[in-house]
Amino acid sequence: MIGTLVNLAVMFFVLGMLSIGGGNAILADMQAATVHTYGWMTEKEFLDIFALSRAAPGPGTLVVALIGLKAAGLLGAVVAFLAMFAPPFGIMYGAARAWRRARGMAWYAVAERGLAPIAIGFSFAGGLVLLQAGEFSVLRLAITAAATTALALTETHPMLVMLAGAGLMLAAG
Amino acid sequence: MAAAEKSDLARRGAGRLNGPMAPTPTPIAAPPRVAEIFALFFRIGAVSFGGGMSAWIRREVVHKRGWLEESQFLAGLAMSQIAPGANGVNIAVFVGAQLRGLAGASAAFAGLIGLPAVMLLGLGWLYFATQGGAVDAVVGKALAGVAAGATGLVLANGIRLARRNARSLPALAIIAANALALGVGRFNLLAVLAVSLPISLVLAWRELRR
Repeated sequence: MIGTLVNLAVMFFVLGMLSIGGGNAILADMQAATVHTYGWMTEKEFLDIFALSRAAPGPGTLVVALIGLKAAGLLGAVVAFLAMFAPPFGIMYGAARAWRRARGMAWYAVAERGLAPIAIGFSFAGGLVLLQAGEFSVLRLAITAAATTALALTETHPMLVMLAGAGLMLAAG
Repeated sequence: MAAAEKSDLARRGAGRLNGPMAPTPTPIAAPPRVAEIFALFFRIGAVSFGGGMSAWIRREVVHKRGWLEESQFLAGLAMSQIAPGANGVNIAVFVGAQLRGLAGASAAFAGLIGLPAVMLLGLGWLYFATQGGAVDAVVGKALAGVAAGATGLVLANGIRLARRNARSLPALAIIAANALALGVGRFNLLAVLAVSLPISLVLAWRELRR
């Protein structure tokens, strides 16, 4: 039990620190360790709980809590969660503090302006990755196109758009 | 008591100025209280089905409430994407820290992730208890439709940001190149950054010098 908890903590600490650009970067390694190295679950179980955590609210990397749950119960879920999320919290808090202090320095305006296109480009990249996820479906693409148009040009509430998407998929069978 | 009511009124007054009449909200003088930060991120956490957390956060924090300037948010978003960890969680920590330091960052983090974590544990427990039988009911067509809508939210967020912040043709080119290299070419993020960040910074420096 203790050994499993230590394995969970070490593995998700390392994976968390490597998750640059979000969870997609570490998915393959996480699957290999969970299914093959430690044998905590089958390949199908891993893919199922990953799909579950992608669709449910919150970040997809919350899947680590379910891996912990399967490997070592509720305590395992807590250990996996903390190992994955606490270090990035510390890093991001430190970055935010440094950024706040830098306000007013000569290079601040340049950095702010230079980072903007990077952030916007990466945001689009995230959308493109989501677009390619899952099976190809014309209806899904149409829903995404309609949702993009409505949300970019009007003040439609995103929840309304997502409910409409769910309704359309169900209606189409 | 009276003073608290007064400041609450003042805050609401400031909020009204940031309504639809003002296209670019300016940050309010008094930052929101820690409880308000927690409440907002709790709501975002509860609705962020199928991804797109950063888009939700920009919509609520910058567009609706004017808690941060968009330029400040974008710098934080870039850092969130570069730093390890989930982007949505990272930008929440950044926003909370800008508004109320460590307490704000903790409130944003706990608010955003608390409910989704508990919900997912419940769903996961159900999945393992029913040997996978429950997952087909949960990850069904409805959630695929929700995810398709959430993808639209992410793309629309990018379009809104690009329309207001891509002030030059080279900036637009950097946006497009980054989006394609990472989103279609699936190049390593750090490799993309090593090329695009220096170019973007030099460009920004030259534009500001003019």
